[in-house]
Amino acid sequence: MGIEYYLPEGSILTTTLEKLVGWGRKNSVWPCTFGLACCAIEMMATSLSHYDIARFGSEVFRPSPRQSDLMIVAGTLTKKMSPMVKRIYEQISDPKWVIAMGACASCGGVFQSYAVVQGVDQVIPVDVYLPGCPPRPEGLLAALMKIQEKAGKERFRDRPDIITEKDIDKYCKERNIKIAG
Amino acid sequence: MAKAKDIIKLIQKKHKKAIIEAEEFRGDPVVKVKKEKLIEVCEYLIKEKKLAYNLLVDVTAVDFLPYKRTPRFDVVYILVSIDNEHRLILKTEVDEGEKVPSVYHLWKSANFPERETYDMFGIEFEGHPDLRRLLMWPGYEYHPLRKDFPTKGYDFDEKWDPETIKENVIQY
Amino acid sequence: MAAERKWKLHFGPHHPSTHGVLRIELELEGEKVVKATPIIGQLHRGIEKIAEDFTFHQAIPLTDRLDYTAASLNNLGYVLAVEKLLGIEVPKRAQYLRVIISELSRIMGHHLWIGSAALDLGAMTVVFYAFADREIIMECIEAASGGRLTPTYMRIGGVAKDVDEKFIEKVKYFVDMFPEKIDGYETLLTDNIIWRQRNEDLAVISYDEAINLGLTGAVGRASGVNYDVRKAFPYSSYEDFDFEVPVGTKGDAFDRYMCRMEEFRQSTRIIKQAIENLPDGPVMADIPFLNPPQEKVRTDIDALIRRFKFVLEGFHAPKGEVYQSVEGSKGELGFYLYSDGGSKPYRCKIKSPCYIHVSALPEMIEGYMISDIITAIGGLDIVLGEIDR
Repeated sequence: MGIEYYLPEGSILTTTLEKLVGWGRKNSVWPCTFGLACCAIEMMATSLSHYDIARFGSEVFRPSPRQSDLMIVAGTLTKKMSPMVKRIYEQISDPKWVIAMGACASCGGVFQSYAVVQGVDQVIPVDVYLPGCPPRPEGLLAALMKIQEKAGKERFRDRPDIITEKDIDKYCKERNIKIAG
Repeated sequence: MAKAKDIIKLIQKKHKKAIIEAEEFRGDPVVKVKKEKLIEVCEYLIKEKKLAYNLLVDVTAVDFLPYKRTPRFDVVYILVSIDNEHRLILKTEVDEGEKVPSVYHLWKSANFPERETYDMFGIEFEGHPDLRRLLMWPGYEYHPLRKDFPTKGYDFDEKWDPETIKENVIQY
Repeated sequence: MAAERKWKLHFGPHHPSTHGVLRIELELEGEKVVKATPIIGQLHRGIEKIAEDFTFHQAIPLTDRLDYTAASLNNLGYVLAVEKLLGIEVPKRAQYLRVIISELSRIMGHHLWIGSAALDLGAMTVVFYAFADREIIMECIEAASGGRLTPTYMRIGGVAKDVDEKFIEKVKYFVDMFPEKIDGYETLLTDNIIWRQRNEDLAVISYDEAINLGLTGAVGRASGVNYDVRKAFPYSSYEDFDFEVPVGTKGDAFDRYMCRMEEFRQSTRIIKQAIENLPDGPVMADIPFLNPPQEKVRTDIDALIRRFKFVLEGFHAPKGEVYQSVEGSKGELGFYLYSDGGSKPYRCKIKSPCYIHVSALPEMIEGYMISDIITAIGGLDIVLGEIDR
């Protein structure tokens, strides 16, 4: 039943195309599993029975970056792991968003040492920073809702339409991405 | 559980010349032997029935650079006997540039700890089947746990670019 | 018979079944593993080097992040090592509270193991039930200390603060309702023909090999090595409690599973005995150079001066070296401390059980097929935070 029962027959809804596409994208954000350390356990707890993330639209956590929209970097990023993060980020297709979950991913956290990258935003662009060590599952749901807000308001012009090789070069140069070949 | 003093007496009876110092601290025996007699002492510790140290728990090292001591490093072996339920901390001294005999052929659990000691301190173990860096990437120039290496490293304030180590990390 | 082609496969750091960032380089012949090389270090944060800059008290939160699935056990190991170095005694109530929190953490760690090991093989029901039970335990620990995953409840000389009636109620509720849940997990997995076929006769390690490779904990006990640190070198009044240690015979993955299922029951037994016989008294040792309790600091000038000195400079430990270990949820977790008379640990080495288990991985999986690697890793129960430190 639901809302369709109460609408009169022959209803017409007028809205802009951007709002419609934004509504579709924000209610089905599928995360990519990128759990590195302790925050990954709280991410798992968010996705399971007690705090259910599926009711927000993130039905499954896809292991493959080709099939996901959102990358939750949960845990400390070390220098040895940084090429892998960059590669996985480049493999996610547009539109894509990044949450830096926890203190270690936002700014290095407790670990100011020779082997830790002080914040994941030195390597990839971040949309939402979530503090905590580890943040509670309710915190991760709040960050997800902020991403949904941002995804609903996006305009088509914000993500460029790549047509020629010159456009690819310009896109990569702006975001500091290097591709082989 | 035998008392620590009895354990020290047993080792002193057989290998008096190899021991540099031996004492008991908080109930556990701590014995320091010369580097050349290390393998002999270890074989005796395994075979003797009253000691029977068949489980090697850890291998590590301590750096004494601020105290300007030669030899610079202390290599520490922690041993446990499962049947007799007692422990032993066995140490030996080595200077920078010298090599220590590896105990891999006696206890296979020395595989990763000896590699990590090489990675973190630069101490080489002779006879180890596969001595290369474990926790840092191949091609890293420093040995991080030495006392003259700062905790934050040498490039803490610069932006980190993963392209610099991408080729090194892919090999192993 | 045609020869199978040899080829290489990266079992990379970004994988849903490696329980963290573990990388394995495989050389395969068809579907069979010929050579496997585990590569670790993707989560190396330099905890041992950072601990050399902090005082003994400031380094306690760093140890929480080692084995993050069962965090209080790491705290206990470090704090016991420092107390052994100083030579101080802990009051009885604090010891019993430490036992209760440690055993609750151990059960939490085993819940994560059974959830993810079953999820990797496709049995998705178990993880939902396991994490629901885990939330109940996290509520108990939050009532005591305030933190869910990283509580940092232990202090040098005792525990951080005393518990109230709510905590005791919650723990009693948990102890009463948990044995049925264990029966539930056993119904789902133990007599399940698919689970048995995938786990039996896999990654067999004999008794002598297990001691030589240094395997402890449930992995070693499945091969017959009867070594449990709580019985061999008792600490924190474990000798007051009556519990058994399960030991296996064959040394395959199914024996490791059965050992851990039995450990669920024995831990519940210990918690029941501890919460029923909880003695009264202080929760912190009354020693001059340690942190004085909060109420005294506001009223007594002497306690205020001691608090200042404790926070700014720390206490000076005697010169010497100690090694103290606890029975972690994965195996023997040990801390080696070398002190030169200062207020900071001159060298703190952390011996983690999963580090040794991963070094034994090539012996376990060579000769088996690719899908058996996942089962073997799931049965080993590894946590990368502990391996790489």
